[in-house]
Amino acid sequence: MDSFFKTVQSVPLNHYILLSAIIFSIGVIGVLIRRNAIIIFMSVELMLNAVNLLLTAFSVYRGDATGQVFVFFIMALAAAEVAVGLAIIVMIYRNTNSVDINVLNRLKW
Amino acid sequence: MSIFYFIAFLSILFAVLVISAKNPVHSILYLILTFFTFTIQYILLNAQFLAIVNFIVYMGAILVLFLYTLMLINLNKDSEPVKTNMVKIAAVLGGGCLMVVLVAALKAVGTSQPVLVKDPGLGLVKNLGKILFDEFLLPFEVSSLLLLSAMVGAVLLATRDKKPVVNG
Repeated sequence: MDSFFKTVQSVPLNHYILLSAIIFSIGVIGVLIRRNAIIIFMSVELMLNAVNLLLTAFSVYRGDATGQVFVFFIMALAAAEVAVGLAIIVMIYRNTNSVDINVLNRLKW
Repeated sequence: MSIFYFIAFLSILFAVLVISAKNPVHSILYLILTFFTFTIQYILLNAQFLAIVNFIVYMGAILVLFLYTLMLINLNKDSEPVKTNMVKIAAVLGGGCLMVVLVAALKAVGTSQPVLVKDPGLGLVKNLGKILFDEFLLPFEVSSLLLLSAMVGAVLLATRDKKPVVNG
């Protein structure tokens, strides 16, 4: 088992940062191009996960477990955020019969 | 070594499919696959606790919550909102610029050391539990309060307002 990780892990840290940057950018693009509130929410989850992966990679790179504890807290936070956010989306759907974010422009002016 | 690149490719592919799928249900299914690839990445980094938590919390709880909400909302094909092409192109350009800036900043750093699992017990439950209940005890308790308040808030928001009873 030990030798397995020795042989598997010879990936430079830069490649982890690159992967996380790409996934994060995909999340940003998803927030910008979609108008369905649920899919925008899912793109936010994608961004959160990209950051989680990067924190874990840095934690392993430095040999410091604090980063992984931080990821654990982010996951707890994400669970709370999803529960409240989806409740808000359900309430909006009940009031406007749509999850289109362009309907929700009453705070705009 | 090459397994990382294969999984990374799958992550990016499924992430693109998440934001480009027309049907929201397909979008959620692709998101589950994306999170599964992330779980494999955690296993490769020997962060076993995070791999299991990612598997249970994200793929088990959060995505099921998404699916149930989507079924509750019952979107039709024709009610699916679509943005104009102009906005889409601008959005892709903006996100692409963000990515180019991040990658260019990374290039300026130069080459890096490979990520080696020096301490195999780093991401195990034993080690993380010791740190979590020693150094991070207060944040841990505060996060339990946060989850409780989120639960109460979600129930409060999602329940329908009852009509006031006339004779009560």
